[in-house]
Amino acid sequence: MNNKQLSVKELENKAKEVRRLIIEMLVKAGSGHPGGSLSAADLITALYFNVLRFKPQDPFWPDRDRFHMSKGHCCPLWYAVLAETGYFSKEKLSTLRKLGSILQGHPDRCAPGVESASGSLGQGLSIALGMSLAARVDKKDYRVYVLLGDGEVQEGNIWEAAMACGHFACDNLCAILDFNGCQIDGKCADIMGLEPLAAKWQAFGWHVIEINGHDMQQILDAYAEAQTIKNKPTIIIARTIKGKGVSFMEGVVGFHGKAPTAEEAKRALEELS
Amino acid sequence: MAEQLFQRDVYGQALVKLGAMDKNIVVLDADLSSSTRTSLFAKEFPDRFFNFGVAEQNMMAAAAGLASCGKTVFVSTFAVFASGRAWDQVRVSVSYNNFNVKIVATHAGITVGPDGASHQALEDIALMRVLPNMNIIVPADGPQTADAVMAAAANPGPFYVRLGRPKIATLENKGVFKLGQAQMLTPGKDVTIIACGVMVNEALAAAKALAQKGIQARLLNLHTIRPLDNAAILKAAQETKFLVVCEEHNIIGGLASSVDEIVAENFPVKVIRVGIRNRFGQSGEPEDLLKEYHLSSTDIEKAVLSHIS
Repeated sequence: MNNKQLSVKELENKAKEVRRLIIEMLVKAGSGHPGGSLSAADLITALYFNVLRFKPQDPFWPDRDRFHMSKGHCCPLWYAVLAETGYFSKEKLSTLRKLGSILQGHPDRCAPGVESASGSLGQGLSIALGMSLAARVDKKDYRVYVLLGDGEVQEGNIWEAAMACGHFACDNLCAILDFNGCQIDGKCADIMGLEPLAAKWQAFGWHVIEINGHDMQQILDAYAEAQTIKNKPTIIIARTIKGKGVSFMEGVVGFHGKAPTAEEAKRALEELS
Repeated sequence: MAEQLFQRDVYGQALVKLGAMDKNIVVLDADLSSSTRTSLFAKEFPDRFFNFGVAEQNMMAAAAGLASCGKTVFVSTFAVFASGRAWDQVRVSVSYNNFNVKIVATHAGITVGPDGASHQALEDIALMRVLPNMNIIVPADGPQTADAVMAAAANPGPFYVRLGRPKIATLENKGVFKLGQAQMLTPGKDVTIIACGVMVNEALAAAKALAQKGIQARLLNLHTIRPLDNAAILKAAQETKFLVVCEEHNIIGGLASSVDEIVAENFPVKVIRVGIRNRFGQSGEPEDLLKEYHLSSTDIEKAVLSHIS
Protein backbone atom coordinates (compact mmCIF):
# COMPACT_ATOMS: atom_id res chain seq x y z
CA MET A 1 0.00 0.00 0.00
CA ASN A 2 1.21 3.46 -0.75
CA ASN A 3 1.05 5.16 2.62
CA LYS A 4 3.69 7.79 2.14
CA GLN A 5 2.02 11.17 2.07
CA LEU A 6 3.95 13.73 0.09
CA SER A 7 3.91 17.44 0.84
CA VAL A 8 2.48 19.88 -1.68
CA LYS A 9 6.01 20.84 -2.68
CA GLU A 10 7.03 17.22 -3.11
CA LEU A 11 3.93 16.52 -5.16
CA GLU A 12 4.67 19.49 -7.39
CA ASN A 13 8.16 18.15 -8.00
CA LYS A 14 6.77 14.69 -8.64
CA ALA A 15 4.31 16.10 -11.17
CA LYS A 16 7.18 17.88 -12.91
CA GLU A 17 9.06 14.57 -13.11
CA VAL A 18 5.93 12.90 -14.49
CA ARG A 19 5.69 15.63 -17.15
CA ARG A 20 9.30 15.02 -18.11
CA LEU A 21 8.60 11.32 -18.50
CA ILE A 22 5.59 12.10 -20.70
CA ILE A 23 7.71 14.25 -23.02
CA GLU A 24 10.54 11.71 -23.14
CA MET A 25 8.09 8.90 -23.86
CA LEU A 26 6.28 10.76 -26.61
CA VAL A 27 9.35 11.95 -28.47
CA LYS A 28 10.65 8.38 -28.52
CA ALA A 29 7.28 7.03 -29.63
CA GLY A 30 6.98 9.64 -32.36
CA SER A 31 3.23 9.86 -31.86
CA GLY A 32 0.73 10.19 -29.03
CA HIS A 33 -1.16 12.75 -27.00
CA PRO A 34 0.81 15.30 -24.96
CA GLY A 35 -1.87 17.98 -24.41
CA GLY A 36 -4.30 16.08 -22.21
CA SER A 37 -1.54 14.06 -20.55
CA LEU A 38 0.09 17.26 -19.32
CA SER A 39 -3.18 18.95 -18.32
CA ALA A 40 -4.16 16.09 -15.98
CA ALA A 41 -0.65 15.43 -14.63
CA ASP A 42 -1.12 17.26 -11.32
CA LEU A 43 -4.49 15.59 -10.65
CA ILE A 44 -3.25 12.05 -11.27
CA THR A 45 0.11 12.49 -9.56
CA ALA A 46 -1.64 13.65 -6.39
CA LEU A 47 -4.14 10.81 -6.63
CA TYR A 48 -1.53 8.06 -6.89
CA PHE A 49 0.92 9.46 -4.36
CA ASN A 50 -1.42 10.70 -1.65
CA VAL A 51 -4.87 9.18 -2.08
CA LEU A 52 -5.07 5.73 -3.68
CA ARG A 53 -4.44 2.57 -1.66
CA PHE A 54 -2.61 -0.01 -3.75
CA LYS A 55 0.30 -2.46 -3.82
CA PRO A 56 2.40 -2.21 -6.98
CA GLN A 57 3.89 -5.65 -6.32
CA ASP A 58 0.39 -7.12 -6.03
CA PRO A 59 -1.62 -5.31 -8.73
CA PHE A 60 -4.72 -7.44 -8.13
CA TRP A 61 -4.80 -6.99 -4.36
CA PRO A 62 -8.59 -7.30 -3.84
CA ASP A 63 -8.91 -4.32 -1.49
CA ARG A 64 -7.06 -1.85 -3.71
CA ASP A 65 -8.69 1.41 -4.66
CA ARG A 66 -9.54 1.42 -8.34
CA PHE A 67 -8.46 3.99 -10.87
CA HIS A 68 -9.57 3.96 -14.48
CA MET A 69 -8.49 6.36 -17.19
CA SER A 70 -11.55 6.79 -19.34
CA LYS A 71 -9.83 9.25 -21.65
CA GLY A 72 -7.48 6.52 -22.77
CA HIS A 73 -5.45 8.65 -25.17
CA CYS A 74 -3.79 10.26 -22.16
CA CYS A 75 -2.18 6.96 -21.16
CA PRO A 76 1.35 8.41 -21.34
CA LEU A 77 0.40 10.17 -18.09
CA TRP A 78 -0.95 6.93 -16.62
CA TYR A 79 2.13 4.95 -17.65
CA ALA A 80 4.47 7.59 -16.23
CA VAL A 81 2.68 7.52 -12.87
CA LEU A 82 2.50 3.70 -12.83
CA ALA A 83 6.26 3.58 -13.47
CA GLU A 84 6.90 6.23 -10.81
CA THR A 85 4.89 4.24 -8.27
CA GLY A 86 6.66 0.98 -9.07
CA TYR A 87 4.23 -1.03 -11.19
CA PHE A 88 6.95 -1.51 -13.81
CA SER A 89 10.38 -0.14 -14.54
CA LYS A 90 10.86 3.28 -16.10
CA GLU A 91 12.88 1.63 -18.88
CA LYS A 92 9.61 0.21 -20.18
CA LEU A 93 8.42 3.74 -20.94
CA SER A 94 10.66 3.90 -24.00
CA THR A 95 8.62 1.08 -25.57
CA LEU A 96 5.42 3.14 -25.73
CA ARG A 97 3.45 2.42 -28.91
CA LYS A 98 6.06 -0.06 -30.17
CA LEU A 99 5.20 -3.55 -31.47
CA GLY A 100 4.88 -6.03 -28.63
CA SER A 101 5.01 -3.40 -25.87
CA ILE A 102 2.90 -3.64 -22.72
CA LEU A 103 2.43 0.11 -23.20
CA GLN A 104 -0.08 0.21 -26.02
CA GLY A 105 -1.14 3.43 -27.73
CA HIS A 106 -4.33 3.26 -25.72
CA PRO A 107 -4.57 1.35 -22.41
CA ASP A 108 -4.58 -2.42 -22.51
CA ARG A 109 -4.69 -4.73 -19.51
CA CYS A 110 -1.28 -6.13 -20.38
CA ALA A 111 0.19 -3.13 -18.52
CA PRO A 112 0.35 -3.84 -14.77
CA GLY A 113 -1.97 -1.44 -12.97
CA VAL A 114 -4.34 -1.04 -15.90
CA GLU A 115 -7.71 -2.41 -14.78
CA SER A 116 -9.52 -2.11 -18.09
CA ALA A 117 -8.89 -1.09 -21.65
CA SER A 118 -10.10 2.28 -22.83
CA GLY A 119 -9.72 4.37 -25.93
CA SER A 120 -13.24 4.46 -27.23
CA LEU A 121 -14.46 7.48 -25.32
CA GLY A 122 -17.43 7.53 -22.99
CA GLN A 123 -17.26 4.03 -21.54
CA GLY A 124 -15.00 4.62 -18.55
CA LEU A 125 -17.57 6.12 -16.21
CA SER A 126 -19.65 2.98 -16.75
CA ILE A 127 -16.60 0.83 -15.99
CA ALA A 128 -16.12 2.80 -12.77
CA LEU A 129 -19.81 2.38 -11.95
CA GLY A 130 -19.42 -1.38 -12.34
CA MET A 131 -16.43 -1.33 -10.00
CA SER A 132 -18.38 0.74 -7.51
CA LEU A 133 -21.28 -1.75 -7.58
CA ALA A 134 -18.83 -4.65 -7.18
CA ALA A 135 -17.55 -3.07 -3.96
CA ARG A 136 -21.16 -2.84 -2.79
CA VAL A 137 -21.90 -6.48 -3.61
CA ASP A 138 -18.69 -7.62 -1.91
CA LYS A 139 -19.14 -5.24 1.04
CA LYS A 140 -15.67 -3.81 0.52
CA ASP A 141 -14.60 -0.29 1.32
CA TYR A 142 -12.38 0.40 -1.65
CA ARG A 143 -13.01 3.59 -3.59
CA VAL A 144 -13.19 4.09 -7.33
CA TYR A 145 -11.68 7.01 -9.24
CA VAL A 146 -12.05 7.72 -12.92
CA LEU A 147 -10.50 10.39 -15.12
CA LEU A 148 -12.77 11.89 -17.79
CA GLY A 149 -11.91 14.27 -20.57
CA ASP A 150 -14.02 17.33 -21.29
CA GLY A 151 -14.48 16.49 -24.97
CA GLU A 152 -15.34 13.01 -23.80
CA VAL A 153 -18.44 14.12 -21.93
CA GLN A 154 -20.01 14.88 -25.30
CA GLU A 155 -20.54 11.11 -25.53
CA GLY A 156 -24.07 9.94 -24.69
CA ASN A 157 -22.77 6.96 -22.72
CA ILE A 158 -21.33 9.38 -20.16
CA TRP A 159 -24.75 10.73 -19.34
CA GLU A 160 -26.31 7.28 -19.11
CA ALA A 161 -23.61 6.48 -16.59
CA ALA A 162 -23.95 9.82 -14.80
CA MET A 163 -27.67 9.17 -14.32
CA ALA A 164 -27.01 5.65 -13.03
CA CYS A 165 -24.23 6.70 -10.60
CA GLY A 166 -26.66 9.19 -9.12
CA HIS A 167 -29.50 6.69 -9.04
CA PHE A 168 -27.37 4.04 -7.33
CA ALA A 169 -25.98 6.67 -4.93
CA CYS A 170 -22.40 5.59 -5.58
CA ASP A 171 -20.63 7.50 -2.81
CA ASN A 172 -17.52 5.34 -3.23
CA LEU A 173 -17.06 6.79 -6.71
CA CYS A 174 -15.20 9.97 -7.59
CA ALA A 175 -14.93 11.22 -11.16
CA ILE A 176 -12.25 13.71 -12.12
CA LEU A 177 -13.00 15.87 -15.13
CA ASP A 178 -9.95 17.36 -16.81
CA PHE A 179 -11.59 20.53 -18.09
CA ASN A 180 -8.85 21.92 -20.32
CA GLY A 181 -11.36 23.35 -22.76
CA CYS A 182 -9.79 21.94 -25.90
CA GLN A 183 -10.61 19.03 -28.16
CA ILE A 184 -9.19 17.83 -31.48
CA ASP A 185 -11.04 20.22 -33.75
CA GLY A 186 -10.79 23.30 -31.53
CA LYS A 187 -12.15 24.80 -28.33
CA CYS A 188 -14.90 22.72 -26.73
CA ALA A 189 -17.04 25.84 -26.49
CA ASP A 190 -16.93 26.18 -30.28
CA ILE A 191 -17.21 22.51 -31.23
CA MET A 192 -19.92 21.39 -28.79
CA GLY A 193 -20.41 23.62 -25.77
CA LEU A 194 -20.35 21.92 -22.36
CA GLU A 195 -21.56 24.65 -20.06
CA PRO A 196 -23.16 24.92 -17.62
CA LEU A 197 -21.14 21.85 -16.73
CA ALA A 198 -21.40 21.91 -12.93
CA ALA A 199 -25.17 22.40 -13.11
CA LYS A 200 -25.47 19.44 -15.46
CA TRP A 201 -23.73 17.07 -13.03
CA GLN A 202 -25.66 18.49 -10.08
CA ALA A 203 -28.88 17.85 -11.96
CA PHE A 204 -27.81 14.22 -12.37
CA GLY A 205 -27.46 13.88 -8.59
CA TRP A 206 -23.75 14.47 -8.14
CA HIS A 207 -21.78 16.40 -5.56
CA VAL A 208 -19.68 18.82 -7.58
CA ILE A 209 -16.35 20.31 -6.54
CA GLU A 210 -14.79 22.91 -8.83
CA ILE A 211 -11.08 23.54 -8.55
CA ASN A 212 -8.01 24.82 -10.30
CA GLY A 213 -6.54 21.53 -11.51
CA HIS A 214 -2.99 22.80 -11.23
CA ASP A 215 -3.20 23.94 -7.59
CA MET A 216 -1.91 20.98 -5.59
CA GLN A 217 -3.53 22.10 -2.33
CA GLN A 218 -6.92 22.50 -4.02
CA ILE A 219 -6.51 19.07 -5.57
CA LEU A 220 -5.75 17.42 -2.22
CA ASP A 221 -8.62 19.25 -0.54
CA ALA A 222 -11.01 18.10 -3.27
CA TYR A 223 -10.00 14.44 -2.87
CA ALA A 224 -10.42 14.77 0.90
CA GLU A 225 -13.85 16.36 0.52
CA ALA A 226 -14.97 13.67 -1.92
CA GLN A 227 -14.30 10.99 0.70
CA THR A 228 -16.69 12.67 3.14
CA ILE A 229 -19.67 12.83 0.76
CA LYS A 230 -22.37 10.27 1.48
CA ASN A 231 -25.19 8.90 -0.69
CA LYS A 232 -24.06 10.55 -3.90
CA PRO A 233 -21.13 10.34 -6.26
CA THR A 234 -18.65 13.19 -6.46
CA ILE A 235 -17.16 14.84 -9.50
CA ILE A 236 -14.16 17.12 -9.32
CA ILE A 237 -14.38 19.54 -12.22
CA ALA A 238 -10.78 20.65 -12.57
CA ARG A 239 -10.07 23.72 -14.68
CA THR A 240 -6.79 22.98 -16.39
CA ILE A 241 -4.60 24.16 -19.22
CA LYS A 242 -3.99 21.80 -22.09
CA GLY A 243 -0.26 21.15 -22.43
CA LYS A 244 0.38 22.61 -18.95
CA GLY A 245 4.04 22.98 -18.05
CA VAL A 246 5.39 23.39 -21.57
CA SER A 247 4.95 27.00 -22.65
CA PHE A 248 4.59 26.39 -26.36
CA MET A 249 2.05 23.62 -25.84
CA GLU A 250 -0.17 25.44 -23.35
CA GLY A 251 -3.63 26.03 -24.75
CA VAL A 252 -2.52 24.91 -28.21
CA VAL A 253 -5.14 22.63 -29.74
CA GLY A 254 -2.59 21.22 -32.20
CA PHE A 255 -0.76 19.41 -29.41
CA HIS A 256 -3.79 17.28 -28.59
CA GLY A 257 -2.47 14.36 -30.59
CA LYS A 258 0.94 15.39 -31.93
CA ALA A 259 4.18 14.23 -30.35
CA PRO A 260 6.93 16.80 -29.90
CA THR A 261 9.82 16.81 -32.37
CA ALA A 262 13.31 16.20 -30.98
CA GLU A 263 13.88 19.95 -30.90
CA GLU A 264 10.56 20.64 -29.19
CA ALA A 265 11.20 17.89 -26.67
CA LYS A 266 14.57 19.40 -25.82
CA ARG A 267 12.99 22.81 -25.19
CA ALA A 268 10.17 21.22 -23.19
CA LEU A 269 12.57 19.27 -20.97
CA GLU A 270 14.59 22.43 -20.34
CA GLU A 271 11.42 24.19 -19.17
CA LEU A 272 10.59 21.23 -16.94
CA SER A 273 14.06 20.93 -15.42
CA MET B 1 -46.87 -33.71 -28.49
CA ALA B 2 -43.46 -32.68 -27.24
CA GLU B 3 -43.04 -30.45 -24.23
CA GLN B 4 -42.99 -26.74 -25.18
CA LEU B 5 -40.85 -24.32 -23.18
CA PHE B 6 -39.92 -20.68 -23.24
CA GLN B 7 -36.11 -20.51 -23.36
CA ARG B 8 -36.41 -17.36 -21.29
CA ASP B 9 -38.18 -19.19 -18.48
CA VAL B 10 -35.43 -21.77 -18.42
CA TYR B 11 -32.84 -18.98 -18.43
CA GLY B 12 -34.40 -17.23 -15.44
CA GLN B 13 -34.62 -20.51 -13.51
CA ALA B 14 -31.02 -21.37 -14.38
CA LEU B 15 -29.90 -17.98 -13.10
CA VAL B 16 -31.62 -18.61 -9.79
CA LYS B 17 -29.87 -21.97 -9.52
CA LEU B 18 -26.52 -20.39 -10.39
CA GLY B 19 -27.08 -17.55 -7.96
CA ALA B 20 -27.61 -20.00 -5.11
CA MET B 21 -24.49 -21.94 -6.04
CA ASP B 22 -22.17 -19.01 -6.64
CA LYS B 23 -22.21 -15.71 -4.75
CA ASN B 24 -20.07 -14.23 -7.51
CA ILE B 25 -22.94 -14.16 -9.98
CA VAL B 26 -24.33 -10.68 -10.64
CA VAL B 27 -27.17 -9.98 -13.08
CA LEU B 28 -27.94 -6.79 -15.00
CA ASP B 29 -30.92 -5.87 -17.11
CA ALA B 30 -32.12 -2.80 -18.97
CA ASP B 31 -35.80 -2.43 -18.15
CA LEU B 32 -36.74 -5.77 -19.70
CA SER B 33 -36.35 -8.05 -16.71
CA SER B 34 -39.92 -9.32 -16.90
CA SER B 35 -39.44 -10.26 -20.57
CA THR B 36 -35.94 -11.71 -20.26
CA ARG B 37 -36.93 -13.39 -16.95
CA THR B 38 -33.94 -12.01 -15.07
CA SER B 39 -36.73 -10.85 -12.76
CA LEU B 40 -36.65 -14.36 -11.26
CA PHE B 41 -33.05 -13.77 -10.15
CA ALA B 42 -33.87 -10.22 -9.02
CA LYS B 43 -36.54 -11.56 -6.69
CA GLU B 44 -34.24 -14.14 -5.12
CA PHE B 45 -31.06 -12.08 -4.98
CA PRO B 46 -31.97 -8.38 -4.96
CA ASP B 47 -28.49 -7.38 -3.74
CA ARG B 48 -26.88 -8.91 -6.80
CA PHE B 49 -29.29 -7.57 -9.40
CA PHE B 50 -29.12 -4.11 -10.94
CA ASN B 51 -31.68 -2.65 -13.30
CA PHE B 52 -30.02 -0.06 -15.54
CA GLY B 53 -33.14 1.37 -17.08
CA VAL B 54 -33.23 1.97 -20.82
CA ALA B 55 -29.47 2.42 -21.17
CA GLU B 56 -27.83 -0.60 -22.73
CA GLN B 57 -24.46 1.00 -23.44
CA ASN B 58 -23.98 1.94 -19.81
CA MET B 59 -25.16 -1.49 -18.69
CA MET B 60 -22.69 -3.30 -20.96
CA ALA B 61 -19.65 -1.27 -19.91
CA ALA B 62 -20.69 -1.44 -16.25
CA ALA B 63 -20.84 -5.21 -16.63
CA ALA B 64 -17.21 -5.03 -17.70
CA GLY B 65 -16.39 -2.95 -14.62
CA LEU B 66 -18.06 -5.51 -12.35
CA ALA B 67 -16.20 -8.31 -14.12
CA SER B 68 -12.91 -6.47 -13.63
CA CYS B 69 -13.52 -6.92 -9.90
CA GLY B 70 -13.95 -10.67 -10.24
CA LYS B 71 -17.71 -10.93 -10.72
CA THR B 72 -19.32 -13.25 -13.25
CA VAL B 73 -21.84 -10.94 -14.82
CA PHE B 74 -24.94 -11.98 -16.75
CA VAL B 75 -26.30 -9.12 -18.86
CA SER B 76 -29.67 -9.36 -20.53
CA THR B 77 -31.78 -7.37 -22.90
CA PHE B 78 -33.29 -8.01 -26.33
CA ALA B 79 -30.82 -9.24 -28.94
CA VAL B 80 -31.15 -6.14 -31.12
CA PHE B 81 -29.99 -3.94 -28.24
CA ALA B 82 -27.39 -6.28 -26.76
CA SER B 83 -25.63 -6.76 -30.07
CA GLY B 84 -26.38 -3.53 -31.91
CA ARG B 85 -26.98 -0.70 -29.48
CA ALA B 86 -24.09 -1.65 -27.21
CA TRP B 87 -21.70 -3.12 -29.81
CA ASP B 88 -18.80 -0.77 -29.16
CA GLN B 89 -19.08 -1.40 -25.42
CA VAL B 90 -19.08 -5.15 -26.12
CA ARG B 91 -16.07 -4.70 -28.38
CA VAL B 92 -13.80 -2.54 -26.23
CA SER B 93 -14.94 -3.09 -22.65
CA VAL B 94 -16.02 -6.74 -22.79
CA SER B 95 -14.34 -8.58 -25.64
CA TYR B 96 -11.00 -6.74 -25.79
CA ASN B 97 -10.68 -7.01 -22.00
CA ASN B 98 -11.67 -10.69 -22.22
CA PHE B 99 -13.86 -10.28 -19.14
CA ASN B 100 -16.38 -12.72 -17.68
CA VAL B 101 -19.41 -11.01 -19.10
CA LYS B 102 -22.15 -13.37 -20.22
CA ILE B 103 -24.55 -11.64 -22.59
CA VAL B 104 -27.80 -13.55 -22.71
CA ALA B 105 -29.86 -11.90 -25.41
CA THR B 106 -33.51 -12.81 -25.76
CA HIS B 107 -36.07 -12.10 -28.50
CA ALA B 108 -33.63 -12.87 -31.30
CA GLY B 109 -34.66 -13.62 -34.85
CA ILE B 110 -37.76 -13.31 -36.97
CA THR B 111 -39.90 -15.30 -34.52
CA VAL B 112 -40.09 -12.22 -32.28
CA GLY B 113 -43.22 -11.83 -34.36
CA PRO B 114 -45.68 -8.92 -34.05
CA ASP B 115 -43.14 -6.34 -32.76
CA GLY B 116 -41.72 -6.18 -36.28
CA ALA B 117 -38.40 -5.38 -37.93
CA SER B 118 -36.88 -3.01 -35.38
CA HIS B 119 -37.08 -5.73 -32.74
CA GLN B 120 -36.04 -8.72 -34.86
CA ALA B 121 -32.30 -9.28 -34.58
CA LEU B 122 -31.22 -10.87 -37.85
CA GLU B 123 -27.58 -9.80 -37.73
CA ASP B 124 -26.54 -10.32 -34.12
CA ILE B 125 -24.56 -13.52 -34.70
CA ALA B 126 -22.58 -11.71 -37.39
CA LEU B 127 -21.88 -8.77 -35.08
CA MET B 128 -20.68 -10.99 -32.25
CA ARG B 129 -18.79 -13.49 -34.39
CA VAL B 130 -16.21 -10.98 -35.58
CA LEU B 131 -15.10 -10.18 -32.03
CA PRO B 132 -12.04 -12.05 -30.73
CA ASN B 133 -12.57 -13.92 -27.42
CA MET B 134 -16.34 -14.05 -27.86
CA ASN B 135 -18.05 -17.43 -27.47
CA ILE B 136 -21.47 -17.85 -29.06
CA ILE B 137 -24.16 -20.37 -28.20
CA VAL B 138 -27.57 -20.64 -29.86
CA PRO B 139 -29.44 -23.28 -27.82
CA ALA B 140 -32.03 -25.26 -29.73
CA ASP B 141 -34.69 -25.61 -27.04
CA GLY B 142 -35.59 -25.07 -23.40
CA PRO B 143 -33.40 -27.67 -21.69
CA GLN B 144 -30.44 -26.77 -23.88
CA THR B 145 -30.81 -23.17 -22.71
CA ALA B 146 -29.95 -24.31 -19.18
CA ASP B 147 -26.92 -26.16 -20.56
CA ALA B 148 -25.81 -23.04 -22.40
CA VAL B 149 -26.17 -20.82 -19.34
CA MET B 150 -24.25 -23.26 -17.17
CA ALA B 151 -21.50 -23.55 -19.80
CA ALA B 152 -21.25 -19.77 -20.02
CA ALA B 153 -20.91 -19.53 -16.25
CA ALA B 154 -18.39 -22.35 -16.01
CA ASN B 155 -16.07 -21.25 -18.80
CA PRO B 156 -13.95 -18.08 -18.62
CA GLY B 157 -14.36 -15.16 -20.99
CA PRO B 158 -17.22 -13.41 -22.74
CA PHE B 159 -20.23 -15.29 -24.07
CA TYR B 160 -23.16 -14.37 -26.27
CA VAL B 161 -26.14 -16.68 -25.74
CA ARG B 162 -28.96 -16.18 -28.23
CA LEU B 163 -32.51 -16.98 -27.14
CA GLY B 164 -35.85 -16.67 -28.88
CA ARG B 165 -39.18 -15.26 -27.77
CA PRO B 166 -41.76 -18.03 -28.40
CA LYS B 167 -42.04 -21.45 -26.86
CA ILE B 168 -39.94 -24.14 -28.51
CA ALA B 169 -40.69 -27.85 -28.61
CA THR B 170 -38.14 -29.81 -26.62
CA LEU B 171 -35.99 -32.02 -28.82
CA GLU B 172 -35.62 -35.61 -27.74
CA ASN B 173 -32.44 -37.71 -27.68
CA LYS B 174 -30.04 -34.85 -28.31
CA GLY B 175 -27.37 -36.43 -26.17
CA VAL B 176 -25.11 -34.57 -23.79
CA PHE B 177 -24.41 -30.86 -24.37
CA LYS B 178 -20.74 -30.08 -24.82
CA LEU B 179 -19.57 -26.57 -25.61
CA GLY B 180 -18.22 -26.46 -29.14
CA GLN B 181 -19.50 -29.90 -30.08
CA ALA B 182 -22.28 -30.38 -32.63
CA GLN B 183 -25.02 -32.90 -31.84
CA MET B 184 -26.05 -35.36 -34.52
CA LEU B 185 -29.82 -35.70 -34.27
CA THR B 186 -30.27 -37.99 -37.26
CA PRO B 187 -27.60 -39.94 -39.12
CA GLY B 188 -27.45 -39.83 -42.91
CA LYS B 189 -25.20 -40.02 -45.95
CA ASP B 190 -27.16 -38.17 -48.64
CA VAL B 191 -27.07 -34.62 -47.33
CA THR B 192 -26.26 -32.84 -44.10
CA ILE B 193 -28.61 -30.28 -42.67
CA ILE B 194 -26.95 -27.98 -40.16
CA ALA B 195 -29.13 -25.79 -37.98
CA CYS B 196 -29.17 -23.81 -34.75
CA GLY B 197 -31.82 -22.40 -32.41
CA VAL B 198 -35.46 -22.61 -33.37
CA MET B 199 -34.45 -23.85 -36.84
CA VAL B 200 -33.38 -27.21 -35.44
CA ASN B 201 -37.02 -28.16 -34.95
CA GLU B 202 -37.82 -27.10 -38.51
CA ALA B 203 -34.83 -29.03 -39.81
CA LEU B 204 -35.87 -32.13 -37.87
CA ALA B 205 -39.31 -32.03 -39.46
CA ALA B 206 -37.66 -31.65 -42.86
CA ALA B 207 -35.33 -34.60 -42.20
CA LYS B 208 -38.32 -36.76 -41.26
CA ALA B 209 -40.20 -35.76 -44.41
CA LEU B 210 -37.10 -36.48 -46.53
CA ALA B 211 -36.74 -39.90 -44.93
CA GLN B 212 -40.25 -40.69 -46.15
CA LYS B 213 -38.95 -39.99 -49.64
CA GLY B 214 -35.95 -42.24 -49.16
CA ILE B 215 -33.42 -39.46 -48.56
CA GLN B 216 -31.23 -39.96 -45.50
CA ALA B 217 -30.37 -36.53 -44.16
CA ARG B 218 -27.80 -36.12 -41.41
CA LEU B 219 -28.96 -33.42 -39.03
CA LEU B 220 -26.45 -31.49 -36.95
CA ASN B 221 -27.53 -29.20 -34.14
CA LEU B 222 -24.65 -26.71 -34.26
CA HIS B 223 -25.54 -24.99 -31.01
CA THR B 224 -22.09 -23.48 -30.51
CA ILE B 225 -21.10 -21.05 -33.22
CA ARG B 226 -17.86 -20.12 -31.49
CA PRO B 227 -15.81 -22.16 -30.92
CA LEU B 228 -17.05 -23.90 -34.04
CA ASP B 229 -17.03 -27.68 -34.38
CA ASN B 230 -14.86 -27.74 -37.51
CA ALA B 231 -14.41 -31.50 -37.31
CA ALA B 232 -18.13 -32.29 -37.46
CA ILE B 233 -18.60 -29.87 -40.36
CA LEU B 234 -15.72 -31.29 -42.38
CA LYS B 235 -16.79 -34.85 -41.65
CA ALA B 236 -20.23 -33.98 -42.98
CA ALA B 237 -18.68 -32.32 -46.03
CA GLN B 238 -16.65 -35.43 -46.74
CA GLU B 239 -19.32 -38.03 -46.02
CA THR B 240 -22.44 -36.42 -47.47
CA LYS B 241 -23.02 -34.82 -50.85
CA PHE B 242 -23.73 -31.26 -49.82
CA LEU B 243 -24.71 -29.12 -46.86
CA VAL B 244 -27.87 -27.14 -46.13
CA VAL B 245 -27.43 -24.57 -43.38
CA CYS B 246 -30.51 -23.18 -41.63
CA GLU B 247 -30.64 -20.16 -39.37
CA GLU B 248 -33.09 -17.54 -38.21
CA HIS B 249 -30.56 -14.88 -39.21
CA ASN B 250 -29.26 -13.09 -42.26
CA ILE B 251 -27.52 -15.51 -44.62
CA ILE B 252 -24.50 -13.17 -44.33
CA GLY B 253 -22.22 -13.47 -41.34
CA GLY B 254 -23.99 -16.09 -39.23
CA LEU B 255 -24.02 -19.87 -39.06
CA ALA B 256 -23.97 -20.35 -42.82
CA SER B 257 -20.96 -18.08 -43.20
CA SER B 258 -19.20 -19.96 -40.42
CA VAL B 259 -19.75 -23.24 -42.25
CA ASP B 260 -18.85 -21.73 -45.63
CA GLU B 261 -15.52 -20.47 -44.36
CA ILE B 262 -14.46 -23.83 -43.01
CA VAL B 263 -15.44 -25.92 -46.03
CA ALA B 264 -14.12 -23.36 -48.53
CA GLU B 265 -10.69 -23.54 -46.92
CA ASN B 266 -10.55 -27.28 -46.29
CA PHE B 267 -12.99 -29.32 -48.34
CA PRO B 268 -15.12 -27.30 -50.74
CA VAL B 269 -18.61 -28.67 -51.20
CA LYS B 270 -21.88 -27.02 -52.10
CA VAL B 271 -23.48 -25.14 -49.20
CA ILE B 272 -27.12 -24.11 -49.55
CA ARG B 273 -28.22 -21.35 -47.20
CA VAL B 274 -31.67 -21.24 -45.66
CA GLY B 275 -31.85 -17.87 -43.95
CA ILE B 276 -33.00 -14.28 -44.33
CA ARG B 277 -32.01 -12.87 -47.70
CA ASN B 278 -31.31 -9.15 -47.80
CA ARG B 279 -34.53 -8.17 -46.05
CA PHE B 280 -35.62 -6.73 -42.76
CA GLY B 281 -38.30 -8.56 -40.84
CA GLN B 282 -41.88 -7.43 -40.35
CA SER B 283 -44.84 -7.95 -38.04
CA GLY B 284 -46.67 -11.25 -38.08
CA GLU B 285 -47.09 -14.47 -36.15
CA PRO B 286 -43.87 -16.52 -35.83
CA GLU B 287 -45.13 -19.48 -37.87
CA ASP B 288 -46.36 -17.19 -40.66
CA LEU B 289 -43.06 -15.30 -40.68
CA LEU B 290 -41.07 -18.53 -40.96
CA LYS B 291 -43.08 -19.31 -44.09
CA GLU B 292 -42.90 -15.76 -45.49
CA TYR B 293 -39.11 -15.71 -45.11
CA HIS B 294 -38.68 -19.25 -46.46
CA LEU B 295 -37.44 -20.72 -43.21
CA SER B 296 -40.06 -23.40 -42.63
CA SER B 297 -39.47 -27.14 -42.67
CA THR B 298 -41.04 -27.23 -46.14
CA ASP B 299 -38.49 -24.70 -47.37
CA ILE B 300 -35.64 -26.78 -45.95
CA GLU B 301 -37.06 -29.89 -47.58
CA LYS B 302 -37.35 -28.04 -50.90
CA ALA B 303 -33.76 -26.79 -50.63
CA VAL B 304 -32.57 -30.36 -50.26
CA LEU B 305 -34.74 -31.76 -53.04
CA SER B 306 -33.80 -29.09 -55.57
CA HIS B 307 -30.08 -29.73 -55.12
CA ILE B 308 -29.95 -33.48 -54.75
CA SER B 309 -28.90 -35.31 -57.89
